Amino acid sequence: MHHVVVERWSRRESPIHRRDARAKLVAALAMIVAIATTPATHGISAAAYSVVLLVAVFVARLPLGALVWRAALVLPFTAVFALASWLSGDPLRASALVWRSYLSAFTALLLISTTPLIELLRALEWMRVPGFVILIAQFLYRYLFVISEQAQHMRVAARCRAGEGHRLTFGGAAAALSVLFLRSYARADGIQRAMLARGFSGHFPTTIPTRFTYNDACFGALAAAICMGIRFAQ
Amino acid sequence: MTPLIEVDDLRFRYDDGTQALNGVTFRLYPGECVSLLGANGSGKTTFALHLNGLLSGTGRVTVCGLEISKDTLPQIRRKIGVVFQDSDEQLFMPTVLEDVVFGPLNMGLTAPEATSRAEEALERVGAAHLRAKAPYHLSAGEKRRVAIAGVLAMEPEILILDEPTTYLDPPAERELARLLHELPQAKLLITHDIAFAAALATRAVFFESGRIVCEGPVDEVVARYDWNVRL
Repeated sequence: MHHVVVERWSRRESPIHRRDARAKLVAALAMIVAIATTPATHGISAAAYSVVLLVAVFVARLPLGALVWRAALVLPFTAVFALASWLSGDPLRASALVWRSYLSAFTALLLISTTPLIELLRALEWMRVPGFVILIAQFLYRYLFVISEQAQHMRVAARCRAGEGHRLTFGGAAAALSVLFLRSYARADGIQRAMLARGFSGHFPTTIPTRFTYNDACFGALAAAICMGIRFAQ
Repeated sequence: MTPLIEVDDLRFRYDDGTQALNGVTFRLYPGECVSLLGANGSGKTTFALHLNGLLSGTGRVTVCGLEISKDTLPQIRRKIGVVFQDSDEQLFMPTVLEDVVFGPLNMGLTAPEATSRAEEALERVGAAHLRAKAPYHLSAGEKRRVAIAGVLAMEPEILILDEPTTYLDPPAERELARLLHELPQAKLLITHDIAFAAALATRAVFFESGRIVCEGPVDEVVARYDWNVRL
């Protein structure tokens, strides 16, 4: 299944993968805050952030092309607002909307590609993120995959009977979507039962020990300093 | 002998109005392996889901002397391990070891204790070499063994196995039968696989329209309801 790729990346071995999730979370937050607050006129800063992210991808030994492509998934959503800004005569703001959202998505993707989800959630707990938000994130992550799996099964079944060239009508697509959600609901129900049967009480336990070392502190501080340095350079 | 499971007049209706259980009375004694037989939709799985409080109907359900209630559920879920029909629903953690430690950690064991139990359970089912693998990379037989390890790691007194032979090839089925035969726990086998039930079960009960209509030795129950495959 396709969804496992990011999870597999997150368990690789590299100097960034070895860092504590809290240090990486601080670094990613610093980068996103810096990107979000950089004035639209500072296009050169966007290039500097990109270089930092590219270096991180290189150090983490992740496939650049796949990351670039996956981060682009955010663009259709921002394109609407960017187009509205462009049409209202503010092209600078339009381009800033695009690079800010793209670089923020890339940063988030880099974080989850170098940190197993369970460690990341524990880092969020450490940052005092409310428990119900973490629980929702856990289930959202898990159930998005459930829906994706079900969609892939249905697609294979449809191809087997309709061939590659078959185009779905609007009515057919709507019916398929409703079936997809019903099937996903039933599947999610089964998963929840299996979790409850093994004592799940709202918290995902883990055996991974937390060790925040001097190197982790240096990594977090250095990354935050670089981001803020670029932000306030001009 | 005191029964491990006592069920009296259990009734349950699903939200869509289907009367799934219609007055089930049942006992499971220590050391027994009971096979639940019956047509699809006859109430076998619904009944099993009541035994660890995943569904709750009317009637009385007692497990190891504990009547099922909100307060006793955590204890009961330690005593009954359920291996679900679809292993993909049961294996939801990123690696095999993380999945097997899930239950022991929820029981409040420390990480080293839980890991030690998980490794023992994986060893027992012959899946120790899979510990670092992602569950979605396993074969159906391996997934089944890991799912069983996840339940065994909680050291339950009773095992419920829902269609344990689904997706298994004959050698994997034979291996599973051997493994289950060696386990000392009392077992409930929900299955359509008569050969598997006959190899393991000390008795069978037959479900029809949400109630138990017959119980006795597997071959007698099978013969009475003509439950064999033949042309």
